[in-house]
Parts: sequence; structure tokens; C-alpha cells
Amino acid sequence: MADYKDIINQYKDLPGGIIEAYHAIQREYSYIPEEAVEAAAAAFKRPKAEAYGVATFYSYLKVGKRGKNVIRICESAPCHIAGADAVIAALEKELSIKMGESTADGKFVLELTECVGQCQTTPVITINSKPYENVTADKVAAILAEYK
Amino acid sequence: MAEEMRIVLRNYGKIEPLKIEDYIAAGGYKALEKAKGMGQQALIDEVKKSNLRGRGGAGFNTGMKWSFSYGIKTDQKYVVCNADEGEPGTYKDRIIMENDPQSVLEGMAICGYAIGANKGYIYCRGEYPHMVEILNKAIDQPKAKGCLGDFNIEVRMGGGAYVCGEESALIESIEGNRGEPRFKPPFPSVIGLWGKPTIVNNVETFANIPAIVDKGADWYKAIGNAKYPGTKVMTLTGDITNKTFVEVPTNTTIRQVLNDFGGGVAGGKKFKAVQIGGTSGGFIPEAFLDTQLNFDDMSAIGATLGSGAFFVMDESRDIVDVVARIAKFFAHESCGKCTPCREGTMRMEEIMERVNDRHGDAADLDRMDRLGRVMTKACLCGLGQAAPSPVLTTMQHFKDEYLSKFN
Repeated sequence: MADYKDIINQYKDLPGGIIEAYHAIQREYSYIPEEAVEAAAAAFKRPKAEAYGVATFYSYLKVGKRGKNVIRICESAPCHIAGADAVIAALEKELSIKMGESTADGKFVLELTECVGQCQTTPVITINSKPYENVTADKVAAILAEYK
Repeated sequence: MAEEMRIVLRNYGKIEPLKIEDYIAAGGYKALEKAKGMGQQALIDEVKKSNLRGRGGAGFNTGMKWSFSYGIKTDQKYVVCNADEGEPGTYKDRIIMENDPQSVLEGMAICGYAIGANKGYIYCRGEYPHMVEILNKAIDQPKAKGCLGDFNIEVRMGGGAYVCGEESALIESIEGNRGEPRFKPPFPSVIGLWGKPTIVNNVETFANIPAIVDKGADWYKAIGNAKYPGTKVMTLTGDITNKTFVEVPTNTTIRQVLNDFGGGVAGGKKFKAVQIGGTSGGFIPEAFLDTQLNFDDMSAIGATLGSGAFFVMDESRDIVDVVARIAKFFAHESCGKCTPCREGTMRMEEIMERVNDRHGDAADLDRMDRLGRVMTKACLCGLGQAAPSPVLTTMQHFKDEYLSKFN
């Protein structure tokens, strides 16, 4: 796994590049380690509070450990009326965790999200940003099997 | 039977999206050449005359916006493409960029020439990492062929914040900050990215530009409704037979989109409501279905055209439940910078949840009406100003559904 310091270094001369650096760290770690926020503050010459403020503003950025495969369930209105609640229940049951939690083996995290822009085939979930369309409770186990 | 008209999706299905030769063979990059031959002022006048109005939702005259930046003498200006489409039920910008990315790049380059900017950014929403890859590949192609001249384009990825669709919040995000909107004025066209004049236009707006330059303002302004000419890409979701997208002239009615393209309400059920323009749009009852899909006619019925989301609900849907869900969305997406929005969206969610859970009373309706009106006037940006719209319009058109929650 690439060191977050090396990743940050690649972006430090890019104007406003701190968010791009955070995305790049997440592609490697799936989250932003606490220490990486401090390292980013130093590299981009910004107060730690600001670097932390940026990292915690965006819902797709996560400071602190979480599961490797990020499962997001859209709960916006089109997915809501298409039965997102049943999909949420099936995911929680299959992984034995609640929304916002990671599995004990560190493989999965469940997160609610707003619209992911795949509304032609609701309800939608994404795993590591890859969309799965027309998801129903009985499809959940097969989808997760790809990542186990 | 209404008919589709494809301007922004003119190359959809006809070209290989990541093969610039196809785009050029279809007439691509001729408009940029033509634009440079016209001169900046004449080009801006032509865009202004076409009466193309911003497709992101605010509906401002695009050429007029450009003229504000053009008139400023400075060492650096920027062109920013807003590809942060976050309105639930909307995926039109994704369809445009996936199928014809060069049309967007060419539109940006034309804008760059018009205002005197050599640097462009595409701010793509964090939900579309595949799109960032497509755009980066697409940008390399005209660069290699020299099609863009000295105009450079860079892609930046958002982080899943709905508020970043607001242009000044988007600029803050490109600068590497929290995506909180700025006070306006000054508008970004005067003081924008890194303090420089910046034109922020939507993907769909830019995709229109090459066609307008190519065929002329007179051709464009004769299409659709004269007050808001051209076409609009609509994305059909919810309880509709054909969940698809269409591009229609702006004199097409809601009913035509629902029935002629959408195939009517799914499962033969009866229509209850359609919410247009995204989750901040008003709910529209049956009585207004003959309204045309353009900015002004939609405003006249207390609704919006917005992003072009077209979310249909059938007779079985619980409107209060859907609006409670929407209220939660806004409480989640409020950036927290201004008090009326931060506190207002939270209280609105609280009251909507209470009513939806059958613990509310009639006084809650008065509270939401008052809170909603205050937010509409007092919030800093469009997010907070539009957030109460689903609540207010449903209390107006579907009051019985609220009252039934008090029994």
C-alpha cells in the first residue's frame, strides 16, 4: 500500500489540490487516516483545523478507519419509493451490522447516501462507487459475494 | 404525439464517445473555429441573441453572463463547467458527458475564447469517478490534435456535497475549501475562482453552445418557447412506465412528456403528482399538467424546471412520507453556513417526521408555512431558499394528505 505521505506529495503543488489528495488517499486506504490530515495540512501549508474542516465537510470523505469495500445505499426520493428500505434491511441482515458501521473483519462498511445519478433503475446501491441497479432484497447476497 | 428534438444529444448513439475522429466527422470543432473568426464581441452578442438560458436551473441568459467577464481587463480568467449534478432524480449531465464529451469541451473552449480565458475546470461530482476517467481521456484527444488551441481543461472531483452545485460553493471546493457558498454580489463572473472573473455554466449549457455557433442565434431562438428557447433534457423517474431520458423543445407540456415519452403512469395506476427539477422542485398536481416545460411557465405555477428531473408519483404514494424523506435530505445537505438554512432545514425535518409519524397537529402546518416562507427569503443560497418548496407546494395542493395524518 502506498504511503499517504507519498500520495500527498504528488498533489502538494496543485492549486486547491487538498481534496484531490484526499480522494487519492481514499482510493488506496478506503478512508483518510487521522495522521494523513495533519500531513496534508503541512504539505498544503494550511492550519490543521482547516485541513480537518475540509476532510469532514464532504460526505464521500471519511476521516478514520472504515471497511474496505464501501457500500452506499441511495435514500433519495426516487429510490425511497422504489423500495430502498427493504434493501437497507437486507444489507444490514446479510452483514450483521447497522448503517454507518463496518464489519468486524474490516471488509465492508454500510453508508447511506443521497442520489448517485442512476435513477433510471431504482433502487440503486454502489460498492466502491460501482452502481448496482434495480436492487432487491433477494439480490443482495449475490452482489456481496463478488467482494467476499 | 410530441416529438423529441436532439440538440445537446445530437451525437448520441451516432459516434464513439472517446473517438474524437467521430466527433470531428460529425462537424465537431468547426464551431470553435467559426467562433474565433467572429471575434469576441460578435460571438457574445450571438449567444446573447440566441437567448440560451442556463440549464443548471437558474435560467440566466448565458451570453449576458459571458459579457460580464469579457468586459473586465485582468491577467487571468476561468471557465468552469458545473458537472456536479446532485439533484435527486437527475442524470442528464452524465448522459451528455458519457456519450458526447467533446461537445462539452468545445462549448467550454468557445466560452474561453469569448471571455478571454485560457484555463477551464470541469467540476465533476464525486459520485461519478468513472466520468472523471472518461473526461480525462476525452481532454487528451483534442489536446493531441491541437483542436483546443491554448485552452487547457482540468477535471476536479467533488466529494458528495449537494451544495457544491451552487456556483460559488463549487468555486470554494475547487480552491480546496469547504464547499460553502459565498455572499453575492460580487458574482463569480466578476470575482470568482482565486478572485478572478469566472464563468460557471452547466454541462447542458455548454453542450448547446457549438450548435448555436454553428447554426446561428436565429435558428436556436425559433425552437421551443420563445422566452426560454431550445430544448431541455428531462430524466423520467418514479412511477412512470418508461424510466428514460428525453430531449424535448421547451414548448412541450408536462403531460406530453408523461404520456408520449414516459408511457404514462406505471402499472395502469392513476397519476397523483410529479415533482420536476429535482428534489427542491414543487409538487405538481394533475390540474397543471398542460404547463410547458420552460423556466417561466413553470415559475408561473409555483414550480421549477430546474435540472430537468421528472419524478412521478402514482395514486398509491404517501405524499407526506415522500416529503418527510426530502426534508431529511435538506437537513443532511445544508452546509451550515447561514442560520436560516442550518436551523430551518433541521426544524423542517423534525416537524415533517412528527407529522408523518402521526404525532403532529394542525398547528404544525402553520409552523411549516411560516418557517418555509422565512427560509425562502432569508437563506443565503438557492439550497435553503428552495428547500421548503416541496413542503409548501404539497401543503397547498395535497392538504388532505396532511390532514389525514392527524386522525
